[in-house]
Amino acid sequence: MNHMPRRITTDDVAHVARLARLRLSDVELEEFTGQLAAVLDHARDVEALDTEGVPPTAHPLPLVNVLRDDVVVPSLDRDEVLRQAPSVEADRFRVPRILGEAP
Amino acid sequence: MTTTTTEWETVIGLEVHCELRTATKMFCGCRNSFGEEPNTNVCPVCLGLPGSLPVLNRTAVEYAMRIGTALHCRVQPSLFHRKNYFYPDMPKDYQISQYDIPINADGWLDLPNGRRVGIVRAHMEEDTGKTTHVGGGGRIHDAAHSLVDYNRAGVPLVEIVSAPDLRSAEDARAYVDELRSILVATGASDGKMEEGSLRVDANVSVRPAGSPEFGTRCEIKNMNSLRSLGRAIEYEAARQIALITEGGTVSQETRHWDEAAGRTGSMRSKEEAYDYRYFPEPDLVPVEPSEEWIRSVQDSLPRLPADRRAALAGASGMTADSDAVITVVRLGLDDLVEAVVAAGGSAAAAAVAVRRVANEVASDPEAAAGLDRTAFARLVAMEAGGELTAAQARTVLKAMMDGGGDPDRIAADLGFEAMDASALEKVVDEVVAAHPAEWERFAAGEDKLTGFFIGHIKSATDGKADLKAASALLRSRR
Amino acid sequence: MNVPTNAAAIAASVRAGELKAADVLEQYLARIERHEEQVHAFNLVLTLEARASAAAVDEVVAAGGDPGPLAGVPVALKDNLCTRGIPTTCSSRILERWRPPYDATVVRRLAAAGAVVVGKTNMDEFAMGSSTENSAFGPTRNPHDLDRVPGGSSGGSSAAVAAGFAPLALGSDTGGSIRQPAALCGVVGAKPTYGLVSRYGLIAFASSLDQIGPLALDVRDAALLLDAIAGPDSRDSTCLAEHPPAAAARLDGGVEGLRVGVVRELAGAEGMSADVVARMRDAADALAAAGAKVDEVSVPAAVYGLSAYYLIAPAEASSNLARYDGVRYGARSRTGTDGAGDITEMYLDTRSEGFGAEVKRRIMLGTYALSAGYYDAYYGQAQRVRTLILRDFAAAYRNFDVLLSPTAPGTAFGMGAKTADPLTMYLNDVCTIPSNLAGHPAISVPFGTGADGLPVGVQVLAPALGETLMFQVAAALEAAAPATPVPAMRAGGQEGASR
Ligand SMILES: [Mg+2]
Ligand SMILES: [Zn+2]
Repeated sequence: MNHMPRRITTDDVAHVARLARLRLSDVELEEFTGQLAAVLDHARDVEALDTEGVPPTAHPLPLVNVLRDDVVVPSLDRDEVLRQAPSVEADRFRVPRILGEAP
Repeated sequence: MTTTTTEWETVIGLEVHCELRTATKMFCGCRNSFGEEPNTNVCPVCLGLPGSLPVLNRTAVEYAMRIGTALHCRVQPSLFHRKNYFYPDMPKDYQISQYDIPINADGWLDLPNGRRVGIVRAHMEEDTGKTTHVGGGGRIHDAAHSLVDYNRAGVPLVEIVSAPDLRSAEDARAYVDELRSILVATGASDGKMEEGSLRVDANVSVRPAGSPEFGTRCEIKNMNSLRSLGRAIEYEAARQIALITEGGTVSQETRHWDEAAGRTGSMRSKEEAYDYRYFPEPDLVPVEPSEEWIRSVQDSLPRLPADRRAALAGASGMTADSDAVITVVRLGLDDLVEAVVAAGGSAAAAAVAVRRVANEVASDPEAAAGLDRTAFARLVAMEAGGELTAAQARTVLKAMMDGGGDPDRIAADLGFEAMDASALEKVVDEVVAAHPAEWERFAAGEDKLTGFFIGHIKSATDGKADLKAASALLRSRR
Repeated sequence: MNVPTNAAAIAASVRAGELKAADVLEQYLARIERHEEQVHAFNLVLTLEARASAAAVDEVVAAGGDPGPLAGVPVALKDNLCTRGIPTTCSSRILERWRPPYDATVVRRLAAAGAVVVGKTNMDEFAMGSSTENSAFGPTRNPHDLDRVPGGSSGGSSAAVAAGFAPLALGSDTGGSIRQPAALCGVVGAKPTYGLVSRYGLIAFASSLDQIGPLALDVRDAALLLDAIAGPDSRDSTCLAEHPPAAAARLDGGVEGLRVGVVRELAGAEGMSADVVARMRDAADALAAAGAKVDEVSVPAAVYGLSAYYLIAPAEASSNLARYDGVRYGARSRTGTDGAGDITEMYLDTRSEGFGAEVKRRIMLGTYALSAGYYDAYYGQAQRVRTLILRDFAAAYRNFDVLLSPTAPGTAFGMGAKTADPLTMYLNDVCTIPSNLAGHPAISVPFGTGADGLPVGVQVLAPALGETLMFQVAAALEAAAPATPVPAMRAGGQEGASR
């Protein structure tokens, strides 16, 4: 059922770095591509495994319906919260120019 | 436009994000309330601080189930996923949302005009914070920097996704209007579009009328009123039609509605390819509502707008999609009409009640709330029974809404005591005698003169005459 | 005055009023004072805070009260456990100056039990590593041999216990991060059943695998610490609601008649050193001599554990670590601070400057495993392997009460020996990972030494919520074990105090 993905390329790694918001130098790009390829090669045994009809386990616990009552509990002190922020303006977190709208 | 609409069909599907009226947020105990001091309703969980964990709000689930039930959805065992993307209004840089297994699926909603709209899903997810753009007139792209307030982050949402069953801006407006009434009726939402409790995105495409395939769709965001929803859809449909007729092709994208400019514009910075990397949220466990829970939600659900419109129509002999009936139900003032029926009022009386509520009471919601139901029933009975004319009834109702009180007394104080038949006949004779020439023509069948005589009878009785009765007398005289 | 070296005895004497928590603390602080510079077990030593809480414990006793089961016992905390107002860094630049506005649930439980927190221990950055060399603040050294690693990622905690800086420490275990460093430092380390201990306030690495657990000098102390922190917590949806099994319930129960299975796939896993396997055989023989029925058992899917783990853990980590973006807390690059650059550039620089190479590597690996087109082949497939491992364990536990395996492939290795090649470093976790994937408990107990004279650990595995039996067997193993070498700095603790 699982097609074997082709070997990971520097283009893949560059794309992934972009998704993960990591800036990689060309040297790092080469190095990471080799290292990720090695780990993924080691994982080939898992890819090759026939798991037809085997359900995935996302979680070791069989729990369901863990819910809390809709009761207000005190929030944090704003000063304590904002004191941790790299940049603050008008009691809000200040961030640089945003180019795109939220998806 | 008018020429193209004959050749082209617009296909619309709507995604409505609805904030739930819970006391606290979806995954933490912070207050869920609008318009507070920035960053005062925040805690480690809704700020996404390292080490914090979400715990699901039972009432949020209950509200989601109410909405699904009201929309005739299948309420089913469901799972939360993480939707991964970087954006400063999202504290964890992922949104906890339901993906392939939503709590509500496959429902429908009937518009007042009878058209049925499919509901694909109504799933739970968390809201984001609010971003303010500083400089550049507050427009995101020209802004120097932006500021983030996380009070709204983690507020519980239900996203309701319709099937592409809508065919016009009017349809779309009617759908949102009906959906809003349903959401308010279930108690899950306050329905306030202006406060962002209800946010609508539209998927719009066009196709040659009658073609079975769908065209390429664009998702339109940022419409914050029913009016802008209609305008945006009409603009976008026209844009796509023009594009195609000029030999171009529509590219699937998200577009931003600019209310001021009255146009939609492309939204994304080009190079940005999205890949949300959904995977099951490991910090939460599945939500599997028991049969009992589902049944109790079904049983606790109040009567919904469609049923209530049908009831009013039945009682008053008006049609369920008449504006007056729709208005009464939208404002939730059905009980005024029901009071009239309960007091033994006829269908005609019920119709009078619907009209009075839609025309007078509706304009003043506060007063409507204070209006005494039995007193209102009595007023309607007086008008329907001819004791008060329409004009007099309106005046008395106004007085009741301003200061309250008993309609009989108010009518009496205003000198609105009913005029008995003989007195009315006397006035009619006098008016007829006073205008022989006009009477000739009226007697000869010139009906348009009715108004002339009625006007004189009205002033002669300074508005106390039952004008229906008067015109009947006039006709009997000729 | 002679301070006992184990927590149970310390707590007993403090509760009985025979020993002052303040004096106990000073002895440990003195040893830290002397040797921490060589070991670097701590990112932060909390001298003042510790003195204050020790004094508070003594006041409770003086007032005739009971401070709790850990009365006056110094405890070292891994630096990924949130402590209110006290820096909590995960040994990462990106959290260097962050002071959490709240305490982790386990930190509250320690306080309620009368424990005295002495410091925050060093670790591999965000718990990603097996040697504590991936710390932004420099590596921790193994108290048995300062040229060798203590293991990881809880290497600061295992080194602190081995060096005698604290009788107890908390670590976190996602793929072996408590058990492997415990083995390499010659101490006891346990990973509880998933959900036994609240994760609230534990900075996440891989949410479906992470568990907090104890490190101690002996099995009894480890059980004592686990019993103090285990139990339901309304702040963690994945924390079990039932009353937890008592780890210390049957420590003297022996192994008479118990069925112990030696896991063939783990004993014979790739890269296992001969003397580690030999010690495990010795341990098996010792249990048999003590009356247990020992036999070989196969857990076929276990061989896929490593590969599945290195797809699942990085995938969850790539999402858990997205929040370190320089907006709300932690470090932010100069881009965006001085007005230059847009938010995407700020994200890129903040994260590239703030994360070390191993963290970047795993974020990349996990992002790739989840990305469009590869989900089914990698993440989805790994989740199915997880099911197979659960099935094979279930089958094994139909015939055995507990399972046995080596903890780590070898003894403590030299600093820098495995940093060049990530994959060889990952192979350290081959025996410990299956328990994390299954959510089962496992404990590492020192059992003799390798040819190099360094400690070797043997792992006892049990089914979910099998802690009572697991600790019972571990205690028996400990009783039968040859003496574990004691680092000079710990042996020299006594005169260190009376200075
Ligand atoms: Mg959504
Ligand atoms: Zn909150």
